[in-house]
Amino acid sequence: MSLLGNPTVRVSGGIVLFIALVALLGPFLSPNDYLSTNFDELLSPPSFDGARFFGTDDLGRDLFVRTMLGIRVTLVVAIVASFVSLVIGVAYGAIAGFVGGRVDAAMMRVVDTLYALPFIFFVILLMVVFERNLLLIFVAIGAVNWLDMARIVRGQTLSLREREFVAAARLMGVSPARIVFRHIAPNLIGIVVVYVTLTIPQAILVESFLSFLGLGVQEPQTSLGALVDAGVNQMEGASWTLLIPGGLLALILMCFNFLGDGLRDVFDARHVS
Amino acid sequence: MLRYTLLRLLGAIPTLLLVIVLAFLMVHAAPGGPFDAERALPADVEANIARAYHLDEPLPQQFLRYLSGLLQGDLGPSFRYRDYTVNELIGAAFPLSLKLGAMAMALALVLGVSAGTAAALRQNSTLDRVVMAFAMTGISIPVFVVAPILVLFLAVKLQWLPAGWSSTTSASRLVLPVITLALPQIAYIARLTRASMIDVLSRDFIRTARAQGLGTMTVVRLHALKPAMLPVLSYMGPAIAAILTGSVVVEEIFGIPGLGQFFVRAAGNRDYTLVLGIVVFYATLIVLLNLVVDILYGVIDPRVRQR
Amino acid sequence: MKTRILLALLAVLAISACTEAPREEGQVLHRGLPSEPESLDPHKGRTTQAAEVQRDIGEGLLSYSATGELVAGAAHSWEVSEHGTTYTFHLRPEARWSNGDAVTAEHFVIALRRLVTPETAAFYAQFLEDLVNAEDIVAGRKAPETLGVEAMDDRTLRLFLDRPTPYMLSLLTHPSTFPIHPGSIEQHGEDFVRPGNLLSNGAYVLEEWVPGSNIVIRRNEHYWNNAATAVDRVSYHILVQATAELNRYRAGELHITSNVPTDAFQTVKEQYPDELRASPTLGVYYYGYNLTKPPFRNSPELRQALSMAIDRDMLAKKIVGRGEKPAYSWVPPGVANYEPAVMSFASLTQKERNNVARRLLAEAGYGPNNPLEVELRYNTSDFHRRIAVAIQAMWRDVLGVETTLVNEEAQVLLANVREREITQIFRSSWIGDYNDAHTFLSIMQSGASANTPGYANSEYDSLMQRAADQPELDRRRLYLEEAERVLLADHAVIPLYFYVSKHLVSPAVSGWGDNVLDYHYSQHLSLSASE
Repeated sequence: MSLLGNPTVRVSGGIVLFIALVALLGPFLSPNDYLSTNFDELLSPPSFDGARFFGTDDLGRDLFVRTMLGIRVTLVVAIVASFVSLVIGVAYGAIAGFVGGRVDAAMMRVVDTLYALPFIFFVILLMVVFERNLLLIFVAIGAVNWLDMARIVRGQTLSLREREFVAAARLMGVSPARIVFRHIAPNLIGIVVVYVTLTIPQAILVESFLSFLGLGVQEPQTSLGALVDAGVNQMEGASWTLLIPGGLLALILMCFNFLGDGLRDVFDARHVS
Repeated sequence: MLRYTLLRLLGAIPTLLLVIVLAFLMVHAAPGGPFDAERALPADVEANIARAYHLDEPLPQQFLRYLSGLLQGDLGPSFRYRDYTVNELIGAAFPLSLKLGAMAMALALVLGVSAGTAAALRQNSTLDRVVMAFAMTGISIPVFVVAPILVLFLAVKLQWLPAGWSSTTSASRLVLPVITLALPQIAYIARLTRASMIDVLSRDFIRTARAQGLGTMTVVRLHALKPAMLPVLSYMGPAIAAILTGSVVVEEIFGIPGLGQFFVRAAGNRDYTLVLGIVVFYATLIVLLNLVVDILYGVIDPRVRQR
Repeated sequence: MKTRILLALLAVLAISACTEAPREEGQVLHRGLPSEPESLDPHKGRTTQAAEVQRDIGEGLLSYSATGELVAGAAHSWEVSEHGTTYTFHLRPEARWSNGDAVTAEHFVIALRRLVTPETAAFYAQFLEDLVNAEDIVAGRKAPETLGVEAMDDRTLRLFLDRPTPYMLSLLTHPSTFPIHPGSIEQHGEDFVRPGNLLSNGAYVLEEWVPGSNIVIRRNEHYWNNAATAVDRVSYHILVQATAELNRYRAGELHITSNVPTDAFQTVKEQYPDELRASPTLGVYYYGYNLTKPPFRNSPELRQALSMAIDRDMLAKKIVGRGEKPAYSWVPPGVANYEPAVMSFASLTQKERNNVARRLLAEAGYGPNNPLEVELRYNTSDFHRRIAVAIQAMWRDVLGVETTLVNEEAQVLLANVREREITQIFRSSWIGDYNDAHTFLSIMQSGASANTPGYANSEYDSLMQRAADQPELDRRRLYLEEAERVLLADHAVIPLYFYVSKHLVSPAVSGWGDNVLDYHYSQHLSLSASE
């Protein structure tokens, strides 16, 4: 197992885990909660006084606790959205690749068609048409991202299909469904893991983009994107409201990108050997 | 090649029809109408306005009316900008978005490819590390964080560059928006180029060229660049989409009257015809651009043509 | 190959970048405009931003001075009949269109008929509803020619009203009552409103309009008072984001901003104390109840409890924080000829109000065992969010009421408020159209289109009716004030604060006057040469 042997994977994965852990446990270490307002402490800078580690926002709410909440929401949104795209993409790609022929051609034609949609506009319309909620955000982001996954999985499946062990299983009369699940799916894991890791930062970006347009999560819930959006307006008088959530957002995105790169190196190396 | 192009063009028609139907249904399904406002209209006035814009007709009839207009190249009157048609608005806004996007793309290609190539040639050197660290940062900081910070420091505090867009002054106004928009793309392209360049440089034909005594730059220019560009070229599709998305934010922050800004406003105002018009326009554009990329791909890599 | 494509691309860009030649000549005043006018056709505009530009490129029978006093416009004098139902205007003989043609009474007749014609689809079609037959014409029941307006001769115009309308003169400053040059419509059709085609009888004429970007107007040489116009050109820059507008001002690219962003207000106040102009205006920010559904139907005590538990002084000072006044009445102070009624609890301290509120809530049957849960809807905006979160906290802390916040896009919120199905409490506001209490009180009459809560009280309606039929100003005023008292005692709405207009005005600009209407005609302004 060379996963932990790769320093990029070790460090970036470690940071992500650490952030997630702090986001999960941090609020318990603070005497403050995420929705109490204090009108005498609007936009006070970070201090250990009253455990305002990250200062307060424009309503006197504790930014440390809110940032932790924001990280949680952002991570959950990103992971669930990536999972949605994973399920759709893998199922779609595997079926197209395995069945092949006309079905494959037709299915890939649909993917090409969807590629031509100005997706971001449809996501905006989607958020406009339906009342916003978290579920919809997952679906919207997932729906944007499954196309890449489907293409990659299909390509991989196509090549796997021709391998000896699949041909052998087929000759032995194993059912197609079983072949897909038993023989093809396990061999897809590597590439799928890499792409999921790279989809997560994309999902985080889409979520924060929606928050920037005011189409994100509902108050008093928050996300890193929503915190950054609020911080942008106050950056001059209260730079911490932008720099802390913005920095964390960038750090998380960076770690996922590094993690994806590292994982790819690991799996590529395995492939070669 | 011609037959291929024609077939692809024909194949685009169902795609576009799907886009139109989807977008039409979505804008009309959105709650609230184009003429709702805090200053609510008296019933008679509202009825008169609905009649003037055919909103009193049943939906299928409105759809057919829209389609028949579309076939004649008429995207209809804007509901929010009552003095303008959608054609005029797109005609005014698109050149700006195009200029912004094309400049950002050009900048991203030039800087991204050179940085990526430089990094690939000195793999694991300090230069390589610096370029890659920058690239990773570029990917990881969202546009809407970068833009206000740049404006605050470069335009407001230092007053080196103008803060926003205005039709009355020079091209220097596009500097900040273009940089902001190009930044993540420079990063992506640098990473892509570096990876593919490293791959190409290790191939046999490069070794042969090197063995013939050609200099590194010559080898790169004559032999390595073209094959190394293939992944970058396939990235053009997603890059266009990313720039499109980014331009919505950049146009919003810098107050540039491009299509992205119009779209966000129109969606909010329920300006049905303008929303539809922009979606249809962009869908057509993406289809055409993908086609161009495919053809270019064929020019660079002749194997594709035979398929 | 690739290099060539790139070079070609760069060349195209370089060329296109150079074709924009700077064009600045004479005195140019740069003003911010927070949203795009929907039209510059006097009959197709709607927002205050459209009206702002239209007041520069047209002139009604009357106009306003820099400090907001009603003054003569295209008419130099007028008489009102004894019962207040006939108005006779005498036009200025020297009034001219921007092509040199004389402005005649017929031009006003044509314009007013066009305003009420159903096919025009004017947002303000019922603005002059008191004009004889106006409502019937808008509804399609009568011909536009039957409208109560008549040109006695070229320079005499007469308006016939159904009832005395004491604020009639101030209505006639509104762009929807401006004259129209019939020749330009005949010549250009619908395109008469385009730059180059649009004729103006005001101080400026439309020169250029780049949608989404800016509107340029230039001096109208034929304007009767052209000698008094100082600024040659005005460029209105459409800047939706207040922060972007502020940045442009600070970078020296704007002379006047339309707003100051909340978040930057303190910084701005410290950095530009002499350039900041804040002044009360005729606008109220309020939360409305849905009076047609439980829990707020037939429960004035409950409505009063929620209203009382809001610390308006704190809200205005700390959350809104730009010099706004807390609202204890519906009609803002400063309205001509009027003294707003005040809510019963205004004289109590917040502590006393909280105690009463808790008692009222308990009497309404809510308490720890039966906690009240309400839903508050507001349209997406950082500013509305702050206020909603603050009020949510106050209700929780004072009354133990749990509030769910729902932010919706403006159009969604408006649709929901209108349907009165799922809304409970919602955010709204009302900006006065003219300087009279009627513009605030009339919208709460039963069945009025802007009556957001669905308020219906026959006592209120009859007081409003009696005020409408009363030609005598002092007695009319008593009816109106009584009506407001009824409205406030019913707690149909929660007025939160009164608006304040906020502008940054460059020291180079002179002639600026603060006024409750927040009208700032460009013709009153001038730029010092040291710009």
